[in-house]
Amino acid sequence: MPGSERTPADPGRTRPRRSATWAEAPYPVVVADRAGAVVESNDAALTLLPRLRPGAPLDDTVPGWLAASHARLTTPTGDRDDVPAALPGPRAGTGEPVEGMVGDRSFGAHATRRGDGDVVWWLVETTDVRLAEATLAEERRRTSLLAEASNTLLASLNLERCTEATARLAVQHLADAAIVVGPPDGRSLTVTSCATGHPVTRRLVRAEPDIVPGLREALEGFPPVPSRWIDPAALPDWASAEGFTGPVGSVVVTPLPGHGVSAGALVLLRHGDHARFSQSEEVFARLFAARAGAALSAARMYGEQAAITATLTRELLPPTLTQVNGVEFAGGYRAAAAHERVGGDFFDVHAGGDASAETLAVIGDVCGKGLDAAVLTGKIRNTLHALLPLADDHERLLNLLNGALLTTEHARFATLALASVRRDGGQVLLRLTSAGHPPPLLVRADGRVETAATHGTLVGALPTVRASTAETVLQPGETCLMFTDGITEARGGPLGEEMFGEARLRRALGECAGLPAEAVVERVQMLATSWVDSHRHDDMAVVAITAPRHAHLSAVDGHTRGRYTA
Amino acid sequence: MTAPPTTVDLPAVRRAMWRAVLDGDAHGACDVVFPLLDGGLDAEVVLLDVIAKVQAKVGVEWAANRVSVAQEHAASAVNDRVITAVLHHPAARVEDPGRRGRVTVACVDQEWHALPARLLAEVLHLRGWRVDFLGAQVPTPHLIRHVHRTGPLAVALSSSIPTRLPVAHAAISACQATGVPVLVGGAAFGPDGRYARQFGADAWAPDAREAAGILERGLPPTGMETARQAIEDLPHLGDQEFTMVVGTARQLVKQTMVDLEDRIPALRAYTEEQRHHTAEDIAHLVDFLAASLYTDDPELFTRFITWMASILTARGVPATVLRPTLDLLGGQLRDFPRAGHHVERARRALTTAAPAPATSGSQDAV
Repeated sequence: MPGSERTPADPGRTRPRRSATWAEAPYPVVVADRAGAVVESNDAALTLLPRLRPGAPLDDTVPGWLAASHARLTTPTGDRDDVPAALPGPRAGTGEPVEGMVGDRSFGAHATRRGDGDVVWWLVETTDVRLAEATLAEERRRTSLLAEASNTLLASLNLERCTEATARLAVQHLADAAIVVGPPDGRSLTVTSCATGHPVTRRLVRAEPDIVPGLREALEGFPPVPSRWIDPAALPDWASAEGFTGPVGSVVVTPLPGHGVSAGALVLLRHGDHARFSQSEEVFARLFAARAGAALSAARMYGEQAAITATLTRELLPPTLTQVNGVEFAGGYRAAAAHERVGGDFFDVHAGGDASAETLAVIGDVCGKGLDAAVLTGKIRNTLHALLPLADDHERLLNLLNGALLTTEHARFATLALASVRRDGGQVLLRLTSAGHPPPLLVRADGRVETAATHGTLVGALPTVRASTAETVLQPGETCLMFTDGITEARGGPLGEEMFGEARLRRALGECAGLPAEAVVERVQMLATSWVDSHRHDDMAVVAITAPRHAHLSAVDGHTRGRYTA
Repeated sequence: MTAPPTTVDLPAVRRAMWRAVLDGDAHGACDVVFPLLDGGLDAEVVLLDVIAKVQAKVGVEWAANRVSVAQEHAASAVNDRVITAVLHHPAARVEDPGRRGRVTVACVDQEWHALPARLLAEVLHLRGWRVDFLGAQVPTPHLIRHVHRTGPLAVALSSSIPTRLPVAHAAISACQATGVPVLVGGAAFGPDGRYARQFGADAWAPDAREAAGILERGLPPTGMETARQAIEDLPHLGDQEFTMVVGTARQLVKQTMVDLEDRIPALRAYTEEQRHHTAEDIAHLVDFLAASLYTDDPELFTRFITWMASILTARGVPATVLRPTLDLLGGQLRDFPRAGHHVERARRALTTAAPAPATSGSQDAV
């Protein structure tokens, strides 16, 4: 401030002229002259700024922001570049109030100009408004954080991803580093940690939870230990995060409450120079932790359920077929409902002990759909597996299976087609039997399509099964196709509601002479699924048995890795 | 990744491979590539510069009516077997497999062309990823269940046919809603990947090498955890034209068939099978119109129409039936300005442009 240029205050004006009504006003009022000296002030102003004396320079008696505003107001614009520009300057009488702090209270200073050129500063306290606004802004920030946290946390049902999201969110909004400790599993702890600006890392730590103050309590679901009770120096090395350097200033340990059991604990760290956690921040950390805990718990439950389902359905999934003893086998399956992977259709190939023994291929259709039907297919497949040594007589095999099905309480029946397959030189010998099932189709090298001459009754319905077995030979490049009625009875087509039908299937197969087994299966499946398009359909299964066109006995394994790994 | 040694004459290898594949001879095909692997050629080069190229050629040759659909399937089957064999070769041994992390590769539902996706899956495997390859036509619920269960770093989705774009869009949004970034590829997404951008996919790759590069550079977690609805990416869907065309597709096909027989009496002499083929072609055309309305890109429909014209010409079927079909379709869609515009654009392209070379459309590889 160019105080040297200031003219000394006129002694005649130092006398308080407190005749004005503002003298009694409950708001602090300060009058200063053009030179920046205090002219007068009221009692409220003196209470707030005890150093106010008439004649004293503003610089020495009021906060800098007010003195600077006064200087700016009393100096012609354009030649005052030493005044901090950051302060908004009021224009005479009409300007915006200037905001500033006096001690820990905040004020808005409104200026009016008197006729003699003095400026009257009216100070209106804004502390409560400011605090209310700050609280509101903080609440809004927290609400939006909680909403964002919920979105992010609920997005993934994968426990690892959900844990990472918890650590990342905590670091973005609550602390300099966050460590999510999973529920103890044996003697090790899963520790997922993240520091500001660094990626999330995850590791297993062999440690007892009580090595971190408050952690055991948090993991056991006790109320959190207040932050101020936790000594940052007592933290073990693993209770930190990659990229978090320097001493820990303060620590919060909060339980992640799950559904009934603990979903883990959240440890928040702040740097030594960063403010300690206030009580409201601790409360907020708990709100966040409650959401994270619920999401983690849901993810854990989903993971457990999914693992159980995967284990139980593994045996029910259609197998991946490959070449067996010099004969190509390929299979394709599509369950009726998009969300299901198993259904009432099934197929299996049981390899013969060596090239001279017969391999048994089975396709079948249990009445019904979905998991119930799939469970019965599992039973039939197991029974057939046990009956394999008797596969030289298909009718006897079917009757034994029939007996097994009739004695179970499942009041369901099934149709089956069996193929006993053996390679002999370049040819493949087949024995085919249908039990109430669409008879297999034979695709000859010249494109003719024949129906295998086999008929039989379904299994699981009547005391005995009657079935005739057809014998035939596949020349190189010829295929025997077994399928379920989900293919032929598929409804759709360009005009809708039309059945795919056996005629269309035969026509398609007529173009498949000489193709490898996988290609035939793919062709049939593709035609049938594009036929139904988005219409509902039944389970569809198809198996192709093909005599290789190229007479190599060693197989090029055509097995498609992981087609059913979902 | 190593560049192919200069001594390897890749075009010659491809020609030999092409002959074996067309003959359905997996052993012959292996005999072509195994000596190269023994000689130190990178397995990735065999997968992408031999097998992928041969498979792409199958599509081109089919369009030109030089191979049949059945041969196309046979070629895929042979290529599939050769890929498996190549991966069992010592040259394809992976140091520390899965070190880069886990990714999922899948075809969108109703997508049958599994080979491009499989090639990508195997390339990623060779480059050190742990890959879950879910195969062809993966229903979106399966995909999402898999993503929840395995928590992959990214999902790579393949789609070759533009009519599957709405399904692909739904799959992209569903994966992103679980917080997993999505990389897409395949001819369906347009020559420059424009539909991938339109659908908010995190990345698009024109081929498997580029896709592997993008994954290696890393896709950030998507940050699109709030599930989006299709209309937020595609506000034009608000006019309901896509919905109406899809909802009345069967009637549109039926009516067009009836009107077409009135206009071209020769059609009445068609056999049942021929009529069926015509109906299928019209249904296909309506499907593509729907896709073009979905993306609001009339070019999509125009590309399909000119491609179809070239396909029909290659098969000696007069493409003259396309014009009246478009006229009749346009007439039925009188109340839909956007659909009318798309049909009109295609009609004009048909009259002005000579049939385009048959290289695009449904047969392109990733």
